Amino acid sequence: MLHTGLYLFAIILASAVEMVEAMTIVLASGITRGWRSTLEGAGVALVVLAALVGVFGPTLGRIDINILRLVIGTFLLIFGLQWLRKAILRASGYKSQRDEALIFQTETQLLSKGADAVKGRRDPIAFTVSFKGVFLEGMEVIVIVISFGASDGRLGLAALGAGIAALAVGGAGFALAKPLAAVPENTMKLAVGLLLTTFGTFWGAEGAGMEWPLGDIAILLLLALYAVVTFTAIAYLKRSRIATARVAG
Amino acid sequence: MRYFKAFGLFWWDFLIGDTPELAAGACVIILLAALISRSALVAALLVPALVVLLLGVSLQRGRKA
Repeated sequence: MLHTGLYLFAIILASAVEMVEAMTIVLASGITRGWRSTLEGAGVALVVLAALVGVFGPTLGRIDINILRLVIGTFLLIFGLQWLRKAILRASGYKSQRDEALIFQTETQLLSKGADAVKGRRDPIAFTVSFKGVFLEGMEVIVIVISFGASDGRLGLAALGAGIAALAVGGAGFALAKPLAAVPENTMKLAVGLLLTTFGTFWGAEGAGMEWPLGDIAILLLLALYAVVTFTAIAYLKRSRIATARVAG
Repeated sequence: MRYFKAFGLFWWDFLIGDTPELAAGACVIILLAALISRSALVAALLVPALVVLLLGVSLQRGRKA
């Protein structure tokens, strides 16, 4: 039960982070260049993504579960550590925080050039920008959903998690018609990094033939260990950055 | 050809990007887990410790970048 809850939480959070990024691009394109081509671009991207899931989803079901866990666990471990590293460096001030409002402003300025000339007509720029944004961020969502679903043999539950995230982010984005700057994306990225690293370690090692002594409880212990290490690293790096700045000043 | 290149670049950026040490380190850790998988307790202690060490090394690299 706890395992399922944590698993669903990881998928919703990971999908939501990528969807917020796609939403920012779609909104910037729709507001500046018109909604028709923007929505067409986003729609075509969603159809292509659905086709990819339709092709690769059932194929994965036929592969040995241990091989899947080995490959996907390693992949999740790499991806989780990348997110965790980025989130720690951002939280400690070594990397600038992602700002959806600023990204939206920059995208809007870039896209508004020549926008008046195409208002009301089909616009290849709006279509391409929207398609690329939704397709690339959507690919990341699909990789996460298929990875989780295939490793645990619960593709339906993984897809449900992504669906919940899509409804929440899509609904909020269109209702507000502005970037979701209030979403604590950096904090979400840190939580997702912790969860992906935890599941990646657990499944990767299991796929390699290891049996965790406490079974599923090991997931909670891994999560606790990585959380303690993460918050200790943030505190240490923050202090170290301030001390370096003082010496330099 | 352009699409294959773009597909390859997507995966390269997705998995390796500017942190090749994480991709290589994670593969080494999982390989090691396979080698010591018979000693469950040793593996259960060593694998997470190596993951923490790998993150530390990568953070140190990221801090200097």
